Amino acid sequence: METSFALTGKGYVIVAADTTAIRSIVKMQIDQDKIKELSPHLLMAYSGEPGDTVQFAEYVERNIRLYQIRNLYPLRPAAAASWIRRSIAETLRTRNAYSVNLLLGGYDTSSHTPNLYWIDYMGTVVEVPFAAHGYGSYFALSLLDRYHDPEASLEEGLATLKRCIDEVSKRLVVDPGKYKVKVVDKDGIREVEI
Amino acid sequence: MSIMEYNGGSVIAMVGKDCVAIASDLRLGSQALGISSNFQRIFPVTDRVYVGLPGLATDVTTLRERFRYRVNMYTIKEEREIEPETFAHLVSSTLYQHRFGPYFIEPVMAGLSKTPSGGFKPFIAATDLIGCLNFAKDFVVAGTASAKLFGVAEGLWEPDLEAEDLFETISQTLLNAVDRDAYSGWGAIVHVITKDKIITRTLKGRMD
Repeated sequence: METSFALTGKGYVIVAADTTAIRSIVKMQIDQDKIKELSPHLLMAYSGEPGDTVQFAEYVERNIRLYQIRNLYPLRPAAAASWIRRSIAETLRTRNAYSVNLLLGGYDTSSHTPNLYWIDYMGTVVEVPFAAHGYGSYFALSLLDRYHDPEASLEEGLATLKRCIDEVSKRLVVDPGKYKVKVVDKDGIREVEI
Repeated sequence: MSIMEYNGGSVIAMVGKDCVAIASDLRLGSQALGISSNFQRIFPVTDRVYVGLPGLATDVTTLRERFRYRVNMYTIKEEREIEPETFAHLVSSTLYQHRFGPYFIEPVMAGLSKTPSGGFKPFIAATDLIGCLNFAKDFVVAGTASAKLFGVAEGLWEPDLEAEDLFETISQTLLNAVDRDAYSGWGAIVHVITKDKIITRTLKGRMD
């Protein structure tokens, strides 16, 4: 019942993911952070096969960091999305494929635009104004179709996100519980309470 | 559930009088769930050749990158741009190299090839996912709405259409075919290639 959402607005991207770690029918943890901060302006929410997720997210995190150390500048969101996609796609037809779904949200400090990429475990990448993974996507995407506004202020964006979270809690068989919400804009990354 | 229908999407190409057209819908889905209404699956190869890649979306990106690499290598080695016929064989051999573990894509190509007299001849082709080439004289289709596209194209297409008439024909064929397919639609893009310019238009479609 893992769920993650992300949406863009005027100069920002909001990324949200539930905080429950589930194994079989048991809740193992209720405050897990499933959103990695890859660089000063890049966020990545990950979900999927337990084990693969953390392994892959840390692999990506270290490589993005390595690039920044070597080149002084971090990868821009589009370039990071391409690199991450390739990492997934190259292992897809092997015996050790990563079963990880990602939402990559970033603020491009060169073009001053917020970017959001929907990436699935096969290496499908598409840039979108809003996105969701997991069972929550079946409820949230139609809400976002109705309420998403690319020119919305952060307060309005968070209100839209709240609608999605509330709807999933109301209609999904198992409530995903608490969410961690992070925002990336021109000033960098910060966590937001909702 | 077939892997070829996992993401949805369709492409069609048509021949006109001294012009060709290639068009595709813009949907990317995850089975019945729509993810994006702006997923490009038609790419320029040279100024006069376009390729459409319907099928599994991850392979759309992978093959696009592969074709870009191979065409760049060809251009550097040969010191000239690739002809559509040659590109069709490049596509075919790339796919056949993966005969027993294929890319789940059925490419469609459209372009104008140079004639010895210095003119241009319309060229279209399509292959299956393992690279079996189909050189058609009229139109080629591929993707989740291919059966519907065949029917509508068979009814609307006629020989020697001028560029604007060809645009109308391919647009109506695509829009009406994808409206009968749940996995294709959500807008469309059309490219008409003529000898001195390329006309690209984005079409609005039904959003259901």
